[in-house]
Amino acid sequence: MYTFGIDIGSTSSKAVILENGQKLAACQVVPLGTGTVGPDQVRDQVLSEAGLKLEDMSYTVATGYGRMNCDGADEQVSELSCHARGIHFLLPQVRTIIDIGGQDAKAIQINERGQLVAFQMNDKCAAGTGRFLDVMAKVLNVGIDQLGPLSLQSKHPVSISNTCTVFAESEVISQLSSNVPMEDIAAGIHNSVAKRVAGMAMRLGRPTTLAMSGGVALNVGVVSAMEREMGCPVQVHPMCQLAGAIGAAVLAWEKLKKEGQF
Amino acid sequence: MRESITNTTTQAEAAPAAAPAPKPKRPKPKSMIMLGEQTNALFENARLAKERGEKVGWSASIFPQEIAETLGLNILYPENHSAGIAARHQADPFLQECEGSLGYSNDLCAYAKVNLAYASVLNGESEVELPDGGKMVKPDFLLLTNNICNQLTKWYENLARQMNIPIFFIDTCYNPFDYVTETRVRYVRAQIDQLIQDLCAFTGKTWDEERFKEVMKISQRNSYLWERANNLMDHKPAPIGGFELFNYMSAMVCNRGKTSSTAVLEQLNAEIEENIKKGTSTFPVEEQYRISWDGIACWPYLSHNLRTLKKYGINMVASSYGKAWAIEYEDLDGMARAYCFASTNGDNATTMISRRMEALKKFDCEGTIYHVNRSCKVMDCQMMEVQRQLSRQAGVPFTSFDGDQADYRNYSEAQFETRIQGLVEVMQQNKEAKNNG
Repeated sequence: MYTFGIDIGSTSSKAVILENGQKLAACQVVPLGTGTVGPDQVRDQVLSEAGLKLEDMSYTVATGYGRMNCDGADEQVSELSCHARGIHFLLPQVRTIIDIGGQDAKAIQINERGQLVAFQMNDKCAAGTGRFLDVMAKVLNVGIDQLGPLSLQSKHPVSISNTCTVFAESEVISQLSSNVPMEDIAAGIHNSVAKRVAGMAMRLGRPTTLAMSGGVALNVGVVSAMEREMGCPVQVHPMCQLAGAIGAAVLAWEKLKKEGQF
Repeated sequence: MRESITNTTTQAEAAPAAAPAPKPKRPKPKSMIMLGEQTNALFENARLAKERGEKVGWSASIFPQEIAETLGLNILYPENHSAGIAARHQADPFLQECEGSLGYSNDLCAYAKVNLAYASVLNGESEVELPDGGKMVKPDFLLLTNNICNQLTKWYENLARQMNIPIFFIDTCYNPFDYVTETRVRYVRAQIDQLIQDLCAFTGKTWDEERFKEVMKISQRNSYLWERANNLMDHKPAPIGGFELFNYMSAMVCNRGKTSSTAVLEQLNAEIEENIKKGTSTFPVEEQYRISWDGIACWPYLSHNLRTLKKYGINMVASSYGKAWAIEYEDLDGMARAYCFASTNGDNATTMISRRMEALKKFDCEGTIYHVNRSCKVMDCQMMEVQRQLSRQAGVPFTSFDGDQADYRNYSEAQFETRIQGLVEVMQQNKEAKNNG
């Protein structure tokens, strides 16, 4: 039995096919989010990878910013519960998750069954989100995937404001014009994100086991800064970006199981 | 699974579906019609008084209005008026004027921003079109207490300077204790006595002790009825949608000492009781979850808040906000004590938490929604700690959202829904765990 999980974010679309609630039959990421062809593309690609058809899917759960506009889904579930289940599937011992997405950041506390217990989300501001990093990478004229490795070379990270993306952008431009090394600016940017998100995450209490999910978790610079700010190791699974979609597929499977459909 | 997964926003070229027939509107309950008439009368009486050459005042929302009522003065309420402008999506030009030409900071309370711009128009210094035709007539004096908010003092000082009118001010005290000390009662009582003298001298009115007793009695009856209506929400399912109670706040904020409020609130209580008797509710969907609301209503997005809560079967059965106006006392000393202890913003954390704890139990709430209101820094300051302690003590999950009582720019619909859905998912798990023993 196959279940389908789709995570339509603000900047990317992720989809997975889960076999019998246990095996990931296929996973795909398309760097186009809600309101684009991204959701259709990721669906086609993941089905093609698995060699399956839509009719083979027993239940579909949609999550992410675009979840309410996903017509084919049987159910919409918040990113909070989906990341909780997804990370539990990938890293079962984890009890606190930090998910930094394209336009929001969340700290999620889960129980031993991967269920959502409590959560905190960023306020209505792009600082401390993936969008913040996108803007900064553009100013530095480096690819978003290069930002992390670049920052690890830093010896003297600069201080960048974390209260406003626009102000931070002008600070970065000012640092660039003062010939501050790029790696120090990149490290300053990551520290800025980590400080803001850690401040929010600490409202849930100091974590025992912490993981990051979402695309920003692929940025080694942010992860390193987050470890420093949170004062504990941060686990990152190679499939962290797919955690929301995996969680959606797991919840789809649990739904069928609960209804006694197998 | 259904046949396709389509992100509907990509289908702009698809032929638009026929618009569904509009749902027939539920007829307004009699109490709401009465409330509308009362509100119209409030503004009309102020206008007529002004025409007669009588002095009309503006007042802070938790000023002891029984004083003005005893003197037969016509009083209007800027906070309530700004909330109405925001709820009708008319705040934008006032916010722009206040932050632009008038030069005020964006960080101010949005009630203040709307009102300062409105006052500037009345004073002939701004040209924003008044959507209500200027029914908030220009004041001749201001009545002020700082029990609900300290920014009000500067807001009113600016109004007073701008229009060259006096402020009659009672400085209530912040309550670091769990009760109002007798020295504080004496301090506030002395100010009330002085204020009555000064107000009489300014308006030419005479204080009548017998009339005051009568007004106090009416006010107490109204506070009782208001509290009772709120308390009837403990029935399951709750007899009305909790957001509906927000509509009746003007009866308490602006008309607490009037018999017209008694009539409105008696009718409201009767309608609620009728629903209880019949086992019906005006909440339009099945009540699946009961929650408490913390903070001022997010007036510019009240309908979005309500739609989203309704979608998930959430009824707001308890609110810390509306009950602030159920002010009970029996004499002038009692008035001093009661008005010191009326607002969340004047109470210490222990008092706030115990009041909320009591409400969570009484109304059997399964969750709490906190409105992190950009306009009200004092409220936000204490909110995070209240969340933490209350959630731990009561074992009730919560979520918070960013919004504003009157500035529409501080809210995101998508973010609100994600938070509510997350809260529902936790409440559902808790319910299932409870049902499974």
